[in-house]
Amino acid sequence: MSEAQIKSLEKQFDDRIARDEKIEPKDWMPEKYRKTHIRQMSQHAHSEIVGMLPEGNWITRAPSLRRKVALLAKVQDEAGHGLYLYSATETLGISREEMYEQLHTGKAKYSSIFNYPTVTWADMGAIGWLVDGAAIINQVPLCNTSYGPYARAMIRVCKEESFHQRQGFEIMLKLANGTPEQKEMAQDALNRWWWPSLMMLGPTDDVSTHTEQSMKWKLKRKSNDDLRQQFIDQTVPQAELLGLTIPDKDLKWNESRQSYDFGEIDWDEFWQVVKGHGPMNKVRMKARVDAWEKGAWVRDAAMAHAEKKRNKKQKQAV
Amino acid sequence: MKNKNLYNYILGIADNSLILGQRLGELTGHGPSLETDIACTNISLDLFGQVRSYYQYAAKIAGDDRTEDDIAMLRKEREYFNVLLVEQPNTNFAYTIVRQFLFDVYHYLFLTELQKSHDVTLVAIAKKSIKEVSYHKRFSTDWLKRLGDGTTESKQKTQQAVNDLWTYTEELFYTTQADNAMISEGIAVDVTKFKANYYQNVNAVLTEATLDIPESKFFQKGGKQGIHTEHLGYLLSDLQYMQRTYPNMEW
Amino acid sequence: MKKNWPLWEVFVRSKNGLEHRHCGSLHAADEDMALENARDVYTRRSEGVSIWVVESAHIKASNPENNGELFEPAQDKVYRHPTFYDLPDEVKHM
Repeated sequence: MSEAQIKSLEKQFDDRIARDEKIEPKDWMPEKYRKTHIRQMSQHAHSEIVGMLPEGNWITRAPSLRRKVALLAKVQDEAGHGLYLYSATETLGISREEMYEQLHTGKAKYSSIFNYPTVTWADMGAIGWLVDGAAIINQVPLCNTSYGPYARAMIRVCKEESFHQRQGFEIMLKLANGTPEQKEMAQDALNRWWWPSLMMLGPTDDVSTHTEQSMKWKLKRKSNDDLRQQFIDQTVPQAELLGLTIPDKDLKWNESRQSYDFGEIDWDEFWQVVKGHGPMNKVRMKARVDAWEKGAWVRDAAMAHAEKKRNKKQKQAV
Repeated sequence: MKNKNLYNYILGIADNSLILGQRLGELTGHGPSLETDIACTNISLDLFGQVRSYYQYAAKIAGDDRTEDDIAMLRKEREYFNVLLVEQPNTNFAYTIVRQFLFDVYHYLFLTELQKSHDVTLVAIAKKSIKEVSYHKRFSTDWLKRLGDGTTESKQKTQQAVNDLWTYTEELFYTTQADNAMISEGIAVDVTKFKANYYQNVNAVLTEATLDIPESKFFQKGGKQGIHTEHLGYLLSDLQYMQRTYPNMEW
Repeated sequence: MKKNWPLWEVFVRSKNGLEHRHCGSLHAADEDMALENARDVYTRRSEGVSIWVVESAHIKASNPENNGELFEPAQDKVYRHPTFYDLPDEVKHM
């Protein structure tokens, strides 16, 4: 194909997206569109399955049977969401195994928030309330993104995710209304998860790359800073309702902006964690690699058995 | 307590599901594939659902203010009545599947009988649970065949698990004093009646999975009287951690 | 040679009377496992009463490049639709 032809195809492609048409797997797409989607979607899938680990850490220690089943179901949903997203990404011509390989070798990223430890039970509340809250803000607009399989996966994810944040908030509410010790546990969790949750919405607009292109492809509908503001504005009243204090002395309502002003985010910490030096990066990755490597003989056995079964069937048919 | 035997009998049933559910819960996020991870968590959730029904009933029988969580999390080691089989660790996926299979075959036969109990609550729980357990049995049976009749490595690992866990099978058919009292009232299942059937079922699947049926006649028991393997203490310290560290709080 | 579990497409009937609808994909070593995995992954919230699975490699799909010849010729056959025919208003229910 000549360069002019490609340019014209790209123009048609961009026009289709601008008209709100969906792109489907077998449609022609610019190589950059494919690559960008593989990167973002697999990163999203990785975040789901690495995200299982910090919460999975408390399944055996959940304080009541009711909390235990809710937490199990939630972590299981995350496995499901990872699965939906990996499958959607596979339509772009990359296998789940290749994506795992990228995760395990550190080539692919996942959400940095999961590199913080879950120290107390209250962290289950804080993660559900804050981390899922921030995730929802990021995810809801993706239900309408331009790539069909991604949009469909996100619709399913968002539908299922709606209980996650409620579950987290309920845990916090119970703690906040509990004994002084429980309330202190809740406050401590908020103190530790607040700033990482703000960072989770991505670097500030002035340093964020890819944004313009992503907007055009509807991989992103709002800028990181706008999403962050939205998250803060909706979360502050919830914290007040809990009677907890957000750990930011500069946080205050700005009447003219009709939004909260907030303090400086420690971006050095953010980049340190992104680059692999957060408190739990190595532990999380080891858990994923171990699960995959220790499961190899199981997956091989299933394939070998399937082949034996197929051969037997064929022999019987002859 | 007026009905101590019934209370203990229910705990004996429920503790199996509690401990096995807890073991499966350890695996969430660490399975060989996302799909199997999700499947094992489903089984765990089924078991915890059953546990709650049993303990809620037991709490009612106790007639004081104890809750399902008190029963699940505030007993001492010697007061758990699960069989030794279900507390065995997830040494590798073969142990997880073999443990599940050896228990599922029993569990299915047990619930089939429990549906004939004179106790209407137990009948209701059994009727609901048997559909879940029927699926568990299908899942573990299929996987046992895959692992047994898969690769040389998987066969060897699975045979090892069968050999190691076999010793805990006979306890499934041991009856305690509470069991016997409840059997005579027509409430409990006389498990000895389906012992032959159990081994027949198990042996048939092992054979199909091209695995050897262990010849060992040495069996371990004790769980039903609260004398456990060393594994249980660690499991309980996780299970009970929050309730012990922060007593008398609501979560 | 190392073989990975192939990809399967999952179709779920949400209740009797409705058709099976594509709801997603998964990996499985064989069709029995695909069915079990589909049950565990895609019907956790009572989404279905029946499941179909088919290995993705067995699906033959039309090529969007041929959409012109495949689908556009139908566009001007308006006489296939009831609104093409003019009837007086007095004729109801037709």
